[in-house]
Amino acid sequence: MSHARHAIAPSGKPFAFSPDNEAKFAQLLPKYPTKRAVILPALWLAQEQEGHITVEAMEYVARRLEQPAVAVFAVVEFYTMFKTEPTGKHHIQLCRTLSCWMRGYQDLQGLIERKLGIGPGEKTPDGKFSFELVECLGSCGTAPMMRMDDRYWENLTVEKLERIVDACNQGRDPAGEDH
Amino acid sequence: MATPKIISARFDEKKAHTLEGYLALGGYATLKKLFKMKPDEVIDEVKRSGLRGRGGAGFPTGMKWSFIPKNTDKPKYLCVNADEGEPGTFKDRLILERDPHALIEGILICCHAVGIKTAYIYIRGEYDFPLARLGAAVKEAYANGYLGKNIKNSGVDVDVVIHRGAGAYICGDETGLIESLEGKKGQPRPKPPFPAIVGVFDCPTVVNNVETISALPWIMTNGADAYAAIGTEKSKGTMLFSISGMVERPGVYEGAFGVNLWKFIEESTGGVKGGKKLKAVIPGGSSSAILTAEEARNVNLDYESIAATGAMVGSGAIMVFDEDTCVVEALEVVLRFYAHESCGQCPPCREGTYWLYEIVNRIRTGRGRPEDIDLMLAICPDMLGRTVCVLADSAAIPAASYIKKFRSEFEAYIDKANPPERKLHPGGINFEARAL
Repeated sequence: MSHARHAIAPSGKPFAFSPDNEAKFAQLLPKYPTKRAVILPALWLAQEQEGHITVEAMEYVARRLEQPAVAVFAVVEFYTMFKTEPTGKHHIQLCRTLSCWMRGYQDLQGLIERKLGIGPGEKTPDGKFSFELVECLGSCGTAPMMRMDDRYWENLTVEKLERIVDACNQGRDPAGEDH
Repeated sequence: MATPKIISARFDEKKAHTLEGYLALGGYATLKKLFKMKPDEVIDEVKRSGLRGRGGAGFPTGMKWSFIPKNTDKPKYLCVNADEGEPGTFKDRLILERDPHALIEGILICCHAVGIKTAYIYIRGEYDFPLARLGAAVKEAYANGYLGKNIKNSGVDVDVVIHRGAGAYICGDETGLIESLEGKKGQPRPKPPFPAIVGVFDCPTVVNNVETISALPWIMTNGADAYAAIGTEKSKGTMLFSISGMVERPGVYEGAFGVNLWKFIEESTGGVKGGKKLKAVIPGGSSSAILTAEEARNVNLDYESIAATGAMVGSGAIMVFDEDTCVVEALEVVLRFYAHESCGQCPPCREGTYWLYEIVNRIRTGRGRPEDIDLMLAICPDMLGRTVCVLADSAAIPAASYIKKFRSEFEAYIDKANPPERKLHPGGINFEARAL
């Protein structure tokens, strides 16, 4: 419900689980009494494999779990972490809820907009960064914070975020700047 | 008396998250005693401890378990709610990261008491590191016979499945969680039937918060009486409080119920950041009513005392506003959250959260009309108790309380002759009204 999305067009690229994910998928099935319950974990596998979830992947998951395609589409649309378009190499999720707001996420958004030239929902032309504002990530004690590269970056300041972004831009591991 | 550390006892131990570290600190010691007890004896023990759910609703845990039918052919399930999402709450994350085996031990206690063979831990999708720590702990527990078939030769079988959410606040509601676990949109179910009768996969289900379950090993080790001796008559034991906002040292602090709210905050965190004045306190997550500085200084931190002010203990998420924090913009942030997270199935919530947000947004951006404040107050009662879950209430209750307690700040935004000075982040980013 959170996002009104446009109709998603098929990518034209067929989808099937990689051998690794096929093995993981086989392990998932006995953990649940219904096949429908495997939709979310199967979609996670699909997203990890391709970086986002194509229409073909949704149809594939539906077929594998013997569900109507609409049941899978509805799930993809409902949950904000399922992406139907490729994100940037570094996907920045900046928290904007109460404690991060009090502690100044606005300044961090300002830096991202100035330095990377992108606003919420946008991606840099080189595909290196994409940016979204998200609701509370459960890290209020170390606000302001963001999630990027499948991890949290906490106690951010404009200066620290700039170092992290620079490291990404220069192809260095940004973890070295997390201090 | 110093507050005993029950949940956070091992948070500072570097290796507590590993099986070896947990065992060295006396972990899994309750199992021997546990498996000799009859299930009903375990339920009675938990009932006598007075433990209440720490996810937000504060429902007595033992009583919740006793609603599960004894004579049923259906399998029973435990769903551990690790979908921590109430703004301001970050305490379950610490348990998952630093003490995951306490959660597993608690799961064994609950499963033995209720006769459950499968527990699902529903963890929020963004919790990468907690998921990694929890996953490693579950794997270790299986490899060493603490999970699986015939646990430590007790004849008890318990399987744990970690289920990752995908970004939806509403899945923290117990029936939203159940729907999501079944592979659907996380839209809460009407009750009754309650999950104890018809829960996940149409079977009897216990849904408990991470912290609630993690309190069980201490209760079984030290006894219900020791737990019940802490706190007040009706708010027993300790709770993890996530304190954030404009304080010197934000963080998770364990406290016994019954202490003065502001004193607890001040002693734990060092008080308001930078020596500023206190303006307000949200005591129990963004769904709670707000307390003025005076109220916060004069109320005790327990379920009943906080409820008497119209606010709630909720998930223990305390947020502190200093004198520079703009209440109007804070309400805008809160309402934007609920408008964004409404699942959309009940009109009073879908429409109500949206319109409250729209109106406060236009007030804050200088487009407010004099009648807007009362318009908001008129909308709020129509959102209370009229929906499947409490998300609508969670928006209406703070909205009404912020306006009633800080009305002059709202009026100042509408007074075109004297627009308020925005002290916090002047020139900050304007919210896009429609980009929820």
